[in-house]
Amino acid sequence: MIRDWIVKNILPRALWVYHTNCGACNGCDIEVLDTLTPFYDAERFGIKMVGSPRHADALILCGPMTRQTAPAVRRVYEAVPDPKIVFAIGSCATGGGMWHDTYNVLGGADQVLPVDFYVPGCPPRPEAILHGVATALGLTEKEVKRVTGRQINRDVEPHALPEEEWLVHEQD
Amino acid sequence: MSILKTIWSKIKEAIIALTPGRVTLPYPFAPREPEEGFRGLPHVDVNKCIGCGGCANACPARCIRVVDESQSERVLVFLHERCTFCGRCAEVCPVDAIEMSKEFELSTDDPHDDLVGEYHIFMGPCERCGRCFETTSALDRLQKTGMRRDSIDRKCAIACPAEIEDEAEEKESVT
Repeated sequence: MIRDWIVKNILPRALWVYHTNCGACNGCDIEVLDTLTPFYDAERFGIKMVGSPRHADALILCGPMTRQTAPAVRRVYEAVPDPKIVFAIGSCATGGGMWHDTYNVLGGADQVLPVDFYVPGCPPRPEAILHGVATALGLTEKEVKRVTGRQINRDVEPHALPEEEWLVHEQD
Repeated sequence: MSILKTIWSKIKEAIIALTPGRVTLPYPFAPREPEEGFRGLPHVDVNKCIGCGGCANACPARCIRVVDESQSERVLVFLHERCTFCGRCAEVCPVDAIEMSKEFELSTDDPHDDLVGEYHIFMGPCERCGRCFETTSALDRLQKTGMRRDSIDRKCAIACPAEIEDEAEEKESVT
């Protein structure tokens, strides 16, 4: 609650970001750089890349957390002064991606650090990254939610559906 | 003269800089459609799905789980948190139940709950072995393509309700 208040009232004025690659393929890093170009222009929200974690308010993590980089990323996280906000960019940082069960990957970024916001995508579009940051800062609304689908019981009424739907498969 | 030249060059620069206009997108405050061929969150049409599990087999990130909850219900759990949006599941689906949508605004603070798709598929269990197979509609489909029930051989009959297998057994005993 206090954290939300801090994020929504203090940080949006100028979010300085430190970008960390913790084992990514550079796809997400390129999209993060793309977000800073004049076309997408993240700087109009005061978002700016900084060269040192000690100057940063936010940490951007790209890629799965590998065994080699985990201690270094942990140190970077500790170097960022409080209050801080951590973004996980890409499918790899969100849940481990394709590498979630390989021997040298610990999993997503949340296996090592407390992550506040996730932006899935492989790589996410620059718009998706902007949307993620804007949602975290309270400028836009979150749009995904859990999907649950239930099939109608076809054994009871197998021909209730229009006939065209049954014929789709036969034609090819 | 050199001062005039400098001023003229600055004026030219200003003209060039003013011509392109505003290039920055108004993105988070105005929607932007992705271009043709963009693959976003996969959407599953549950009523088309036959529960074959081919998508789970083809998924490179192994993000589709197939759980048989009971003898007549199979649950496909899509863990989109590690989905790479490659579109292989949509490619291999024999009934085209999976479609790659253009949704890309997937940012969330709780991916383990928000980025999950759960689809309950009705499966008919075999009366003998109890395993799931396609519902009776599959049998209807076979008949539509010209197969008759009595021409189904013993191999097919393994996946069929008991009455048809009985017929096949009777036939064998006669020959």
